[in-house]
Amino acid sequence: MSDIVLDRVTKRYPDGALAVQEVNIEIADGEFIILVGPSGCGKSTTLNMIAGLEDITSGELRIDGTVVNDRAPKDRDIAMVFQSYALYPHLSVRENMAFPLRLAKLDTATIDRKVSEAARILDLTQHLDRRPSNLSGGQRQRVAMGRAIVRNPKAFLMDEPLSNLDAKLRVQMRTSVSRLQKQLGTTTVYVTHDQTEAMTLGDRVVVMRGGVVQQIGAPQHLYEHPANLFVAGFIGSPAMNFVPAAVADGRLSTALGDIRLTDRLRRAMERADAPREVILGIRPEHFEDASLVDERVRAEGDVFTGLVDVVESMGSDKYVYYALDEKARSAELEELAADSGSSDVPASEGQLVTRLSAVSPVREGDHHEVWFDLGKVQLFDPATGRNLTLEP
Amino acid sequence: MSKERLSEDQASPGSPADAPGQAEVTSANGSGRGGRAGGGRSGRRTLTEGQRSERRLALLLCAPAALVMIAVTGWPIIYSIWLSLQRYDLRFPADQEFVGLANYVEVLTSSYWWTSFGVTLLITVVSVAIELVLGMALALIMHRTIVGRGLVRTSALVPYGIVTVVAAFSWRYAWTPDTGYLANLFAPGSAPLTDQASALAIITLAEVWKTTPFMALLLMAGLALVPDDLLKAASMDGAGPWQRFIKVMVPVMKPAILVALLFRTLDAFRIFDNIYVLTSGAQDTSSVSILANTNLIQALNLGIGSTMSVLIFLSVALIAFVFVKLFGTAAPGSDTEGRR
Ligand SMILES: Nc1ncnc2c1ncn2[C@@H]1O[C@H](COP(=O)(O)OP(=O)(O)O)[C@@H](O)[C@H]1O
Ligand SMILES: [Mg+2]
Repeated sequence: MSDIVLDRVTKRYPDGALAVQEVNIEIADGEFIILVGPSGCGKSTTLNMIAGLEDITSGELRIDGTVVNDRAPKDRDIAMVFQSYALYPHLSVRENMAFPLRLAKLDTATIDRKVSEAARILDLTQHLDRRPSNLSGGQRQRVAMGRAIVRNPKAFLMDEPLSNLDAKLRVQMRTSVSRLQKQLGTTTVYVTHDQTEAMTLGDRVVVMRGGVVQQIGAPQHLYEHPANLFVAGFIGSPAMNFVPAAVADGRLSTALGDIRLTDRLRRAMERADAPREVILGIRPEHFEDASLVDERVRAEGDVFTGLVDVVESMGSDKYVYYALDEKARSAELEELAADSGSSDVPASEGQLVTRLSAVSPVREGDHHEVWFDLGKVQLFDPATGRNLTLEP
Repeated sequence: MSKERLSEDQASPGSPADAPGQAEVTSANGSGRGGRAGGGRSGRRTLTEGQRSERRLALLLCAPAALVMIAVTGWPIIYSIWLSLQRYDLRFPADQEFVGLANYVEVLTSSYWWTSFGVTLLITVVSVAIELVLGMALALIMHRTIVGRGLVRTSALVPYGIVTVVAAFSWRYAWTPDTGYLANLFAPGSAPLTDQASALAIITLAEVWKTTPFMALLLMAGLALVPDDLLKAASMDGAGPWQRFIKVMVPVMKPAILVALLFRTLDAFRIFDNIYVLTSGAQDTSSVSILANTNLIQALNLGIGSTMSVLIFLSVALIAFVFVKLFGTAAPGSDTEGRR
């Protein structure tokens, strides 16, 4: 039970690599906070610094108000769950979970009680005498959790704890991790590269890129008000659509056609002293089949007509893909594409993903008209990635 | 070859209720060959035609190597055993005669043998113990070194690369009174190699100096088996450096430690060249190998010498047996549990 403060924490590895740069995070007591970002962005390094497994190059780490930069991991009273689980292969499940208690020199009766209690919570009671090598992935993961919770630490640190599980189990375990954390109310820092995990688990999410924090906020806030292109593109699945746009004669000329500048957009651009060339971002669910939108709502948006490339029917809705002639370009978008592996696909032209109602009669090969909500459109500066439409 | 074919046929699924005698032959053969514990009849019967022919091919491919092994190792052993049962002194070749176990009685009641045996055991235990500690330290250093890794490893291995006899001579000169720098430094005016205790200490030192790198190398392979995450987890669980070493590192790398100990113990028990060069076994510093050599080559007593050789062979076999059966030492790589 405690709060953790990272104050301008920086990590430079001995080989000169700057892994984490001036990170400021204030984690409240009992909070479940997620560090998310593409691989190599410094999430594990940040977590290891909190744990004490890596030295802090500069800046301050405070737990409960005390600076702990120079404390050994064992003196920080923090438990950690590793991606590899890191179970001791020579010890049984019981002994694995008792390990931290033994080191803390608790008496046998207390150890037994705490281990049984943790085993009960995690449904491991019948596996207590088995070796980790004889357990399934999900069971090993639970043992690793068990080893963390037995000693009531000040905080849990978890480094991609679910990444080694198959997709279905991962979803199940996600729920149980969430429930466990609520139940115990222990401050938790959780690292993942999976934005779905980040969105579903955390009270707050910290998005990192190249060792720098991009934005900190509640999942919904990040989703609706991303600070920049990177966050906008990283959070959400399918990802936000980005199309290049140019301001001309009070209109935005884009690959979606000429769009009128609403008051909100005009004010935002004036306020932000926006360049003439911008990137327009709009999420797939802010589109709708134009034939299903009534007149009144229609006036609040605009329509786009294009050749339907692919239709994916998900049952509850339809994902409709359009091919666009142009593609938005920026360093951040390229990095996102590289991270998701889609940079290998040679796509000089862009793609528009829309999510329409299941009742939409759209068919592949049609020229179909979709409506989009101008109130949800966001504009970004291609040079800096900054979100121009963010309310101050 | 044809004999093995035969036992293969006996095991065919066509004859389920064989006579017990036949079944025994098969199962002994089966577990020996396949290397499977308890590969008895029931396991065998489930083999498909394809598996059986594959196994036959495996045997055919192994056969030449096995035959060569038997020829080069089996024959000398059998010949030694045969010699050890003879009275056979090359100085009196006419007196050669089969004497049964008389040579064994002779050797096992001789104080020379037991003195040498004690000396050998002492050197073995002390040198292997020191090597284990130093080797572990060296292995940890080599494992941890980040800068100049190659240089550190190479320089650590230099002693092991030097021919033992050459190294032994340099030790001998170093400890020779007046001319040797170590003798002048530590024991001016005396001759350390002519006193039993100090001579044994020097022999042990030479042995340790020479083979610690080998120990370190084997242990370093074991250290590589300990995942970094495991040590990090132990740190988080509250273990200090010493506890991490004792409670996590050592148990996880136990198979590697046992293999290293086994190799070194077997080697140390057969110590010969260092003693031969340093003291030639004078002042009760001879090992069993030196004693066997003295009897065989210098005294030309083939009977007694062979008896000692056979006894050394039995001792070595016993050491290996103890390691494998009691400590569960496994060959490197065959261990699966420690890895996961
Ligand atoms: N021990 C190390 N020495 C040097 N550079 C490292 C080390 N560990 C990580 N890095 C670098 O620091 C950056 C961040 O790594 P990491 O924190 O592991 O990323 P993430 O967990 O977000 O995938 C990477 O560029 C990585 O190459
Ligand atoms: Mg990582």
